[in-house]
Amino acid sequence: MADALLRLEGLSKKFGQVVVADGLDLEVGPHEALGIVGPNGAGKSSLFAMTGGDLAPDAGRVVLDGRDVTRTSVHQRTRAGLGRTYQVPRPFGGMTTFATTLLAATEGAGARGDEALSLAHDALKRCGLAHLANTRGDALSLLQRKRLEVARALASRPRVLLLDEVAGGLTEPEVAELVELVRAVHADGVAVVWIEHVVHALLATVDRLACLAGGRLVADGDPEQVLRDPVVREIYLGQDPSEEGAA
Amino acid sequence: MSAGVPAVSRSGRSTRPTSVVGAVLLLVLVALPFLVYEDVTSSLVSLFVLIVIASMWNLLAGFGGLVSVGQQAFIGVGAYTVVALADAGVPPYLGVLMAAVTAAALALPTSFLAFRLRGDYFAVGTWVIAEVYRLVLVKIDSLGGPSGRSLTGMNDVDATMRAAFTYWLALGVAVVSVATCFWLLRGRIGLALTAVRDDEVAARASGVDVTRAKRVMYLVSAAGCGAAGGVLVVDALSVQPNAIFSVQWSASMIFIVVIGGIGYLEGPIVGAIVYFLLQQVLADAGSWYLVLLGCVAILVATRLPRGLWGTVHDRWGLSLFPVDYRVTRAPAAEPCPAVRT
Ligand SMILES: Nc1ncnc2c1ncn2[C@@H]1O[C@H](COP(=O)(O)OP(=O)(O)OP(=O)(O)O)[C@@H](O)[C@H]1O
Ligand SMILES: [Mg+2]
Repeated sequence: MADALLRLEGLSKKFGQVVVADGLDLEVGPHEALGIVGPNGAGKSSLFAMTGGDLAPDAGRVVLDGRDVTRTSVHQRTRAGLGRTYQVPRPFGGMTTFATTLLAATEGAGARGDEALSLAHDALKRCGLAHLANTRGDALSLLQRKRLEVARALASRPRVLLLDEVAGGLTEPEVAELVELVRAVHADGVAVVWIEHVVHALLATVDRLACLAGGRLVADGDPEQVLRDPVVREIYLGQDPSEEGAA
Repeated sequence: MSAGVPAVSRSGRSTRPTSVVGAVLLLVLVALPFLVYEDVTSSLVSLFVLIVIASMWNLLAGFGGLVSVGQQAFIGVGAYTVVALADAGVPPYLGVLMAAVTAAALALPTSFLAFRLRGDYFAVGTWVIAEVYRLVLVKIDSLGGPSGRSLTGMNDVDATMRAAFTYWLALGVAVVSVATCFWLLRGRIGLALTAVRDDEVAARASGVDVTRAKRVMYLVSAAGCGAAGGVLVVDALSVQPNAIFSVQWSASMIFIVVIGGIGYLEGPIVGAIVYFLLQQVLADAGSWYLVLLGCVAILVATRLPRGLWGTVHDRWGLSLFPVDYRVTRAPAAEPCPAVRT
């Protein structure tokens, strides 16, 4: 794939003895929706941290839209079109949800004036938070915080959206809502990379699935096929990953 | 872009009455030299200085998370700038403006050094930097060396007029300092600063250039402290290096901001008034003064962890300087897509 939007080349990272990435290669096309599964501690969140710039890899490159951003700061990657959520939500406690998305709209997307206001409001609305526009981050429930993570990422007008376990802890109708949202965002032309233990949510959304284990991709391709892969099944301790419900 | 633009209000519930009260208060303060004895206005000079330096520390620590104990570096630089410029014939009242500029100019290279340090190291580092500034300045013989200097260029001003001018100068610097903080936090950078205050990692991920935001705060804070140092020397007519570079200034700033409420523009003002009143009431109490100050600090820290103003804000939602964005009406139109096409 010559014109990959996001390309990770030979990423390696160790925390002492713990290997979280071991020469990892990954390409995401401009209109792709990729799901990533893997056991706890496999290094999935670390992969996002290296992609987003919070974590410097020991070796390898991160290429965004043909540009090497390995040494580029987090905010510049965001401005270049990389939007991400954090697995453990990071709301701004003293800022309202609207101020939060407005911040991402101005700083991340570079929008100004009315454009920024509508972008901020739209992101909240899409994530079902419009009625909480004037509520501070520290007054939100966990579910609302997770939604705010997505809203903030959307408000920065990403070209690639990195979602880290946003479906965990959601009820079935809520998962369905979230799937609907991610599908809509993807349909708008945004590339999506979604880390998730709730496999059926991924299956409803992605057109490609990868499995991360031991700092490597042990499988990558058609979702159904990946889930049938003996190595993947082995990692899920013999259980059928497609039947793993809300974690 | 067919945008649905929400109606957004920037003013709080209390804005109208408080701005009227504020304007009246300001008028009274401006007219004060005509209304009261000189000892009242001259003691208020120290209150205004406290408001300035505490507001600056609040900007730095309350929003930037930069817990500095070295802002006295810029108080000292400001004071010495006024002294040195007065020698060159610049009127001291004008010198105070230059003190702010000089402090900010020196803060720029200093920030590159200080920002290499994090957390506790930053605190200690800023203190060390302040000491270095003091050591360098006492090496300059023309500025009086270790014993300090008196300020020239003020002898031809009548003492009563001088007291009034100094009062207005201090009031002006305080008003400009608070207004600058308000203006900064209300503007686009204000959102970024508030985000940095709440979560640096998330602020970065939202596109905020966190280092730049912190540098802006550091420079503004230095400018304010520089002006405060200028006011101090104009008020005292002399400067003494150990006093002007004393870490006691940082202790006062921290005390005031913690008492008043960190991260609120009103906090340093409320805290400074409390601190000032304690100083006035306990002026003769000797070391009991410090004991009581400690008790007040412990009491507030344990009972009102968000400070006096933080408690008021939480309980009544009161805000003298509204910087929030309140969505008052959602757009009726269909929203625009949240993506680039
Ligand atoms: N900053 C860090 N310092 C040391 N070890 C870390 C650090 N961050 C992550 N790790 C370790 O690296 C491994 C991978 O962590 P990571 O969070 O990437 O896993 P994950 O695949 O996202 O897991 P989960 O499904 O539980 O979210 C874990 O063993 C974790 O303990
Ligand atoms: Mg994780």
